[in-house]
Amino acid sequence: MNRNRLEYCYLLPEIIDLLSTDDIYSPDPFAKVKKQATRFAYSEAVIELAGRNPNVVVLDADVSKSIGTDKFAAMFPERSFNFGIAEQNMMAAAAGMATTGLIPFVSTYAVFASLRALDQVRNSIHYPRLNVKIAASHSGITPGPDGVTHQGQEDISLLRSIANSTVIATADSPTTKLAVWAAAEYDGPVYLSFTRDPVPFLFDMDFPFQIGRIETIHTGNDATIIAMRDLLPQALVAAAVLAREGIQARVLYCHTIKPLDEQAVLQAAAETGAVVTAENNVIFGGLGSAVAEILVENHPIPMQRVGVRDVFTESGPYLELIRKYGLTSEYIIDAVKNVLARKVKQYNL
Amino acid sequence: MNGEQAYLTIEELKEKAIVIRQTIITMISAAQAGHPGGSLSAADIVTALYFRVMRIDPQNPKWEDRDRFILSKGHACPVWYSALAERGYYDRSHIYTLRKLNSLLQGHADMIKTPGVDFTVGSLGQGICAGVGMALAGKLHKKDYHVWVMIGDGETQEGSVWEAAMAGAKWKLDNLTVILDQNGLQNDSFCVDVMPVESLAEKWRAFCWNVVEIDGHDMAQVVSALENARQVKGVATIIIAKTVKGRGVSFMENEPAWHGKAPDEAQTKQALEEISGGLK
Repeated sequence: MNRNRLEYCYLLPEIIDLLSTDDIYSPDPFAKVKKQATRFAYSEAVIELAGRNPNVVVLDADVSKSIGTDKFAAMFPERSFNFGIAEQNMMAAAAGMATTGLIPFVSTYAVFASLRALDQVRNSIHYPRLNVKIAASHSGITPGPDGVTHQGQEDISLLRSIANSTVIATADSPTTKLAVWAAAEYDGPVYLSFTRDPVPFLFDMDFPFQIGRIETIHTGNDATIIAMRDLLPQALVAAAVLAREGIQARVLYCHTIKPLDEQAVLQAAAETGAVVTAENNVIFGGLGSAVAEILVENHPIPMQRVGVRDVFTESGPYLELIRKYGLTSEYIIDAVKNVLARKVKQYNL
Repeated sequence: MNGEQAYLTIEELKEKAIVIRQTIITMISAAQAGHPGGSLSAADIVTALYFRVMRIDPQNPKWEDRDRFILSKGHACPVWYSALAERGYYDRSHIYTLRKLNSLLQGHADMIKTPGVDFTVGSLGQGICAGVGMALAGKLHKKDYHVWVMIGDGETQEGSVWEAAMAGAKWKLDNLTVILDQNGLQNDSFCVDVMPVESLAEKWRAFCWNVVEIDGHDMAQVVSALENARQVKGVATIIIAKTVKGRGVSFMENEPAWHGKAPDEAQTKQALEEISGGLK
């Protein structure tokens, strides 16, 4: 697969090259690609941001070393607040800070941000629409070895259901940094979710990041794969494998689950006639549900969701875990073939 | 001095508290819903804050150097709405719209809708945490505003109250004063029966707060405690104010049923008469 055969928009050249090699069949196709956990891209981004915006403050709940915000604390001690293991107080205190013009970035794990402190997130942050940025690491089942209690597999669904919310799940480090900076420019609550484990650099800093936009990163007209966060690389591998079988799958990068880029979803649906969603999040209420809601009301076509099923998973290395629980490229490939078969059947009827 | 700061004498504050209590009854009666008991127990303290102690400007409710007040026990918002109306944040006629469609005055206070409401409240145990955040911001910005938070004694059953207590001690938030409206009752019954919270003074002292205990209906004590709290340095202060739920209306006093119930026409008439006569 080369640049002429595969029209691309924003992918790094090494990713384009990778997709043309047999490495895509290995357990970790991105083994040789530069990687970083997006939690660290966040902490780097917020440090850079604080240098140019004196209103930026960071709140921690005893996981600053895990997220990298301990470095923020060292550089900006006056603007760093460690609340200890007390996420509820931290969230509502962030809301109080935001009323004074500060821009608090509240750092914790997704499972605590989206569940333990959800009442504060809803009533003290989103209801008054305060300018708090919730920076949630360990989203989805990316904290594999930590086990179920630390896997924020419902965070996208929960945050999406709250009025006034903006929900972001970036795929790699560069777009994570761009998302952090875009969130700071946006006046209102933003939920940003990050991976615990390293994920490949897919884009460079020229990526046209805009909250609420879906970008096409791989063209094709047979079916569309819409992916978020750490399943975007899996979707790219799926598209590369499918291409060798003569199936041209379009890949959309959906970094903003809410507000969803409805126009982009409908355009892809109209042009390809079949959609697969891929998310490291439960299949209830997340990206798949959001896309299904748009399609069923406007343009019903064959669709299938790849995501965490109705299950709590277990401890395990990240890549092995997402394979066991059905989130890797082969499951996306199967799903594409299923929706294609249904599409063909529809045409025959 | 910015705006029209009020500075009533103790006697004038007592008179003003009568008006505040009458307005509480009037608005809850008009709404036929709301929480009279905890509004009446808080009335003297809220009156002292809005008509003497707080540095505020009703013409400029978002003034960045203003003192902040958060009624963390948000269900008692009729006392807040009464004080804000009397203080001129909005026209008094709004009190008749409490809890109705299109009203400024929501069932629990909404900072976007209601001028003068410094934080959205209703889910217990959150306003005090927001107050911690405002106090931290005040210190970061080197502002000398004071943050006042009123909590209920039932509310202290929420664990987040104690998270905030730890934070107030850690950061020595002397620009934050919490007033605990200790009326002894909560929605279901007496606190001591539902889930005992005593000894509150010992608990807050153990959390390293400056604890001041007063009679929350003795206006001289209330004013003195509030004014002193602003002067205390290096430690956060909590004023534990012993109060009577339903204070001023004989059939509501210490009666759990009047936590969240509106008086009918006859009860309203009696309540207003008792308030205007009995407390003088």
